[in-house]
Amino acid sequence: MATDTPIKPPKPQADAPTANAQTACAHCGLPVPRGLIDPDKEHQFCCHGCEAVYAVIHQMGLDSYYRVKQRQGEQTQPAKTTGAGYTAFDHDAFTTRCCVDRPDGTRATSFYLEGVHCAACLWLVEKLPAVVPGVIESRLNMHKSLVRLTWDPEHVALSKIASALDSLGYPPHPARDTAADDIVKKENHAELVRIGVAGAAVGNAMILAICLYAGAFTGIQDEYRSLFRWVGMGIALLTLVWPGSVFFRGAWSAIRTRTPHMDLPIAIGLAAGGIAGTVNTVRGVGEVYFDSLTVLVFLLLVGRAIQRRQQRRAADAVEQLFRLTPVSARRVDGDTVIEVPIEALEQGDIVELIAGDSTPVDGEVVNGSSDVDQSLLTGESRPVAVTSGDPVHAGSLNLTSTLRVRVRATGERTRVGALMALVEESTRNKAPVAQAADRMAGWFVLTVIVLAVLTFTFWVWRDPSQAAGHTVALLIVACPCALGLATPLTLAVAIGRAARRGILIKGGAALEQMARHGSMLLDKTGTVTQGKTTLVHWFGDESIKPIAAAVEAYSTHRIAKAMVNAIGPHDPSYALSDVSQTHAGGISAKVNNQPIHIGSADYVSGRIKTIPQQVHQYVKQVLRDCHTPVLIAVDDEVKAVAGFGDAIRPDARQAIDELKDMGWHIGMVSGDHPQVVQRVAETLGITKDVTHGGVMPEQKVQLVRRYSEQSPVVMVGDGVNDAAALGAATVGIAVHGGAEASLAAADIYLSKPGLTPIIGLSRASRQVIAGIRRGLGVSLAYNAIGVSLAAVGIISPLIAAVLMPVSSLTVLALAVSNRAFLDNEVYP
Amino acid sequence: MSVIYLVLPLAILLAGLFVAAFIWATRAGQYDDLDSPAVRMLNDDDDTDKDA
Repeated sequence: MATDTPIKPPKPQADAPTANAQTACAHCGLPVPRGLIDPDKEHQFCCHGCEAVYAVIHQMGLDSYYRVKQRQGEQTQPAKTTGAGYTAFDHDAFTTRCCVDRPDGTRATSFYLEGVHCAACLWLVEKLPAVVPGVIESRLNMHKSLVRLTWDPEHVALSKIASALDSLGYPPHPARDTAADDIVKKENHAELVRIGVAGAAVGNAMILAICLYAGAFTGIQDEYRSLFRWVGMGIALLTLVWPGSVFFRGAWSAIRTRTPHMDLPIAIGLAAGGIAGTVNTVRGVGEVYFDSLTVLVFLLLVGRAIQRRQQRRAADAVEQLFRLTPVSARRVDGDTVIEVPIEALEQGDIVELIAGDSTPVDGEVVNGSSDVDQSLLTGESRPVAVTSGDPVHAGSLNLTSTLRVRVRATGERTRVGALMALVEESTRNKAPVAQAADRMAGWFVLTVIVLAVLTFTFWVWRDPSQAAGHTVALLIVACPCALGLATPLTLAVAIGRAARRGILIKGGAALEQMARHGSMLLDKTGTVTQGKTTLVHWFGDESIKPIAAAVEAYSTHRIAKAMVNAIGPHDPSYALSDVSQTHAGGISAKVNNQPIHIGSADYVSGRIKTIPQQVHQYVKQVLRDCHTPVLIAVDDEVKAVAGFGDAIRPDARQAIDELKDMGWHIGMVSGDHPQVVQRVAETLGITKDVTHGGVMPEQKVQLVRRYSEQSPVVMVGDGVNDAAALGAATVGIAVHGGAEASLAAADIYLSKPGLTPIIGLSRASRQVIAGIRRGLGVSLAYNAIGVSLAAVGIISPLIAAVLMPVSSLTVLALAVSNRAFLDNEVYP
Repeated sequence: MSVIYLVLPLAILLAGLFVAAFIWATRAGQYDDLDSPAVRMLNDDDDTDKDA
């Protein structure tokens, strides 16, 4: 392959530093920022990640990677490495849980990889056996980003393989729940086999049917006619009892549970056709319907498979997100800190949490002090300051400095574990909702049976010999082929498009329920607000912002970090001296010999002579919004007052107004302090009677249940504390940045920040329902016309055979032409 | 005795063989991953970089 096309070595960067055009990164091809260009080096890189990965690839002699990449014109993305040691993967607890020992002494496991995006990635990952001795095989499934590894544990440790993957820019994460994957795989296989068998049956039944139709026009000997009919019967009956059995099983469970289901009319049609055809074949007179029956089974199976496939894709995408959560912790053993899997932790162990770590266990701080963000757990927007002796809970985020925590509870015994049990309970108790097609199926069955009885009675009175024939014809013509196709196809098209818009829908029922407007309950922290401390207010002199940022850059306090984030990196030309700070008070410094004080009102007023009345006004205003005021004083004079807090998302107000206009009743449920919740609700125009603050997760579930007594409830949330409520609601929507538990419990996941996608979702769900109704209407019209024409004897078998696929094609065209999730003004 | 009595069972047997092959392929996992093999075949088996 290397010889067939003259491919240039990938060195577009060789002459780049002198060129005026943008310099491309030697690894990922993205433009290199001007500040990073080093004219002395041969290769230029956009970031340290790319530089490190380039060096590794080069060292391992895998430069072909760039050729593969160039040849296939792949999209690019900067490399990401973590540099983690992955020693937890060598621990016995991990080996027994995640690895499989093969009889030949090798070991196998699967990893989810971050950063897999193109064909060259596949090439690189599968070259692993060539670069890490001891690895026997490495196979990557691109769609799932799942790599299956086989290696020899005598020769290489798993941590070495994991570090190699990491250094190539694909941080690995252990794959969990392979048992569940196996079940899904088996289901997929069974579905595919059913479609294959039905497809083969269709082909053969069609050929036989053509012989029979041709014979009907030009004449055929009875002997051959009978032969074709018997063989056709064999094929059709095989189709009905094997691939078609799913419809009979579905119909039977619909009868048993007394819930209407689309399978019921389908099963009636199939049974009527099968029995009538068999009887007519045995008797040797009358119509047979074997070609129509097999086509029906085949098309319905295909329609359902397409819908399931789209749903599965959306669910896979969500799953991949929460499979990236950490599974190891740093345990303190005497003087050393070692990485162990969370399962290996026991009560009384000490674990170390550096800033940015999420807490793996419930426990008690034994050393260090820091701020801990519990918003995902409790909905509380303000980080909590913890120090020795304070409790911390699994799922909270350590924000500022290193903590050592004594383990009190792990796994299911933690507070998060208890919440997960609640989530399971609430999801299990959720009443199943009938989909639109199923509700309609109930009416459909009733109408068809009434019509059949009427037809039968009429013909018994008119001409008893015709009665059975006409009734069977009606039952078959009324079989809802297009009806059964309309719903899955429209849903599949909508779910696929939604996924491209960043809205992942795990089930069609959720989309249909969104169209029935009812109550929508919003979580506050992280859903309508940003979920982190940001600069919200700034009263006073704007020009001192850079000085303030320059001083705050010296502090690790969360408010200082928020200030630096809001203002941007400070200008290095400010000369700082005499920096001093007090914890939870403020910071003072001299900038170009001007004294600066930044901090709380108490801190600053203790350091300068007077504070003008105006400043107190500002402070009051900030406090009224439940935010934290910070004073900035330059040269003994307060120049500005800044307010810090959890800012409301910029699109929240407009999105909520629009949702209200569309007919939703918007309410707010939050675990945060009632006063804060009330203030946010006021700002957003949510009335007091539907604003609930200080709500525990259990109470959230009860609230959702109380609201759903009146109308369908859509719950929108992000935290572990919302997860149970998401599961209990008619439709649960998890928003961008949500916790693992909430992703698992929700029906819909928004992978883009903000509330605006919900508007589009609500609008699109209506379009989907309208589309399904149109499809159903068209197929019903076909059926009605077909039934009446067949009854008066106008339709010959040939015309019926042509009409049937035409009705299916019309429904297909309608499904694809549905506008749901296509309108651009909703999705910028 | 027409030839159709021979050809029709043969044709059905043939169809049955193909269905059996399809079922085997499905159960063997050949349809599990439809994305990666399409890409994998574009990559050279040869490790050495001849152009460089």
